[in-house]
Amino acid sequence: MTTVSIEAARVGERIPSGKLAMWWFLASEIMTFGGLLAAFVLRRFAAGGWEDQAAHVSTRIAAFNTLLLVSSSLTLVQAHAAVKADQRNRVAPYLLCTIVLGLAFLAVKGYEYSGEIAHGFTPSAGPFWSFYYGLTGLHALHVLAGVIVNAALYVLVIRGRLWPRVQQRVEYAGLYWHFVDIVWIFLFPLVYLS
Amino acid sequence: MSQVAVVTHHAHEETSFWRKYVFSVDHKVIGRQYLTLGLCMALLGGATVYVIRWQLAWPETPIPLTSWVPEPAMYDGQLDPSFYNQLVTMHGTIMVFFVAMPILLGGLGNFLLPLMIGADDMALPRLNMMSFWTFFTASAVLLSSFFVSGGPAAAGWTGYPPLSANPEYTGVHGGMNLWILALALEFASFLMGGVNFLTTAINMRAPGLSFFRLPLMVWMQLTAGVLFLLSVGPIIGGAVMLLLDRTIGSGFFLPERGGDPLLWQHLFWFFGHPEVYVVLLPGVGAVLEILPVFARKPIFGYRTIVYSTIIAGVLSFVVWAHHMFVAGIDPRLAMPFSITTILISVPFAIMTFAMIATLWGGSIEFRTPMLFTFGFLITFLIGGVTGIFNGSAAVDIFIHGTYFVVAHFHYTLFPTVFFAGFAGIYYWYPKMFGRMMNEALGKLHFWLTFVAFNLVFLPMFVLGIGGHMRRIYNPLQYDFLKPLAPVNQFITMAAVALLLSQIPFILNFIGSLWFGEKAADNPWRANTLEWSTSSPPPHGNFATVPTVYRGPYEYSRPGAAQDFLPQTQPLPTGAAAAGA
Repeated sequence: MTTVSIEAARVGERIPSGKLAMWWFLASEIMTFGGLLAAFVLRRFAAGGWEDQAAHVSTRIAAFNTLLLVSSSLTLVQAHAAVKADQRNRVAPYLLCTIVLGLAFLAVKGYEYSGEIAHGFTPSAGPFWSFYYGLTGLHALHVLAGVIVNAALYVLVIRGRLWPRVQQRVEYAGLYWHFVDIVWIFLFPLVYLS
Repeated sequence: MSQVAVVTHHAHEETSFWRKYVFSVDHKVIGRQYLTLGLCMALLGGATVYVIRWQLAWPETPIPLTSWVPEPAMYDGQLDPSFYNQLVTMHGTIMVFFVAMPILLGGLGNFLLPLMIGADDMALPRLNMMSFWTFFTASAVLLSSFFVSGGPAAAGWTGYPPLSANPEYTGVHGGMNLWILALALEFASFLMGGVNFLTTAINMRAPGLSFFRLPLMVWMQLTAGVLFLLSVGPIIGGAVMLLLDRTIGSGFFLPERGGDPLLWQHLFWFFGHPEVYVVLLPGVGAVLEILPVFARKPIFGYRTIVYSTIIAGVLSFVVWAHHMFVAGIDPRLAMPFSITTILISVPFAIMTFAMIATLWGGSIEFRTPMLFTFGFLITFLIGGVTGIFNGSAAVDIFIHGTYFVVAHFHYTLFPTVFFAGFAGIYYWYPKMFGRMMNEALGKLHFWLTFVAFNLVFLPMFVLGIGGHMRRIYNPLQYDFLKPLAPVNQFITMAAVALLLSQIPFILNFIGSLWFGEKAADNPWRANTLEWSTSSPPPHGNFATVPTVYRGPYEYSRPGAAQDFLPQTQPLPTGAAAAGA
């Protein structure tokens, strides 16, 4: 009897397990933000009269932040392209750009929050502000998590550790980062423009 | 670039005690850890029943054996009203999130899924370990809330605001925040587990194991995983909102701050109703595995069961507002939710018919797992049928918030978690621990549990129709409930009997670890892959990759040498031609 390792004989991994797991996780995340956004939209329709509160958000700052986040997705795509082309020395700079842009987004967000709180628009200033802080805060936490993941990958890449596996992980981190980006694309019009 | 070699888990290097038994990445160890922790939490959840039931039968009399509980929870064995609310809250929370899920998904699911698909482990073993230890932390956080000032959460297991959103209303401050934290950790844990289950079942199947050759238990765990993943998001958001309302004064759920308490109910039940099926389906899966083995017949309507499961899963996302018929939702909403709710009973009726049809004409062996399976069928049927009463808005308006509802959901959850769960434990114990459980003790356990369970919960339907409200501290405060006091006393005595009926199980479960008869590889003569390896399976599960030739339920096939045909056994060419 010949012994074959289980991995070799399995019914074909069409999608790598890590990637598949990431997609399932993102499906769940879509429901998290989807549920919150649906709650926000429906409550706003049902309650009415939130325009006065909503008028005080800064569309300019948010538009700048949108630019930062979209750019960070672009740099991560570049990092992934460098990984695919096996150009290891190009991966790290692009990852670093992504991290810096993510941190810049958080810094701008913090500046925005502090200005609002200074004007008395705290989470208890009304239902709109509760949702504003709830939605953008949860999103900011996701950005922070993404920055940490990207930073861990950056350290691995510049130290040249775990090279083959880091390649896959850049792709999975990219999936997550793009998701966080897309969430913002929904938040921006619903919270700031409407 | 993505064709990077998968890390093998076959390295047989010496592992330390901690690596092997505590921080193990082996799905079999993790499954046993989940099962053990779930059973321990069940003891605690059961213990709360004793105090709750005593108070309902003989209100405000000292409760025997509880004089050690300090004030302000109890005064020399006499129960404080707030502690009653806390115990009811913790009973529900523990039983649903810390007993049902770890036993059925964490325990049976983790142990069986890789074995049933012929894999050496989960697709992501370290994530699996993290999932268990997150769950362990969640349990510890929940239990720690008993010891903080103000005591544990008291807003009911559903945590409805405004009661839960304003600490002043229940007098519980830190305990409620810990409750939210414990649930958040629990959700995170089973989110990791669900992602892992799905990835494993999709990627790790043995050669020849197509989706329609999967054992139904795998289908059930898969569907449960999808339901959990897609429903848990909104309640995670809701939990964050509740925490913000409690701590920094936001206005999501409190009307005086411009919020809406109904929003929580929508978020909670959008998760809470699929959650019912997250728990139910693995229980049904265990039953569906056991029925053909002890009836020595193929399962009736394999594909029909699979399609019914998927349809039930889809429908479970559009029934949630049937929990809210009397909560002040638009009455026009009640009609569509009534219709979807009645609709969802159809796939489950189909599954029940398939189970009964599997028994028809079989040579039934009344071993302990089969007895518990029968117990499930009979009691779950009552739970399902009474669900139709709750589902139609007109009837629900009368019985909502009464003991009818309590009786109904105990007739669905108890059979699922305990009858199906015990059936699964008795059935897979030999594979888990390498020894058989004692048959006589098992049968004693079944009959005591079955009789006591019905004596507890059948009279509750009567209480409910008599107008007995849920969650009241002292029924004797209401004149119209005074004639029902003997029923309450009867239920309490039966509940104590139900608790004591678990002693044979505890003795059997622990004792068989050392004194049980050594189990053969395939003691029940079953077909599925987990029985083709040794009991218990070695590290890596299978010595060689199993190749699958057929579906999992080919029992008593004409022309076959014995009355079962394991999935791994190729047919002689002549017989294959005849069978085709």
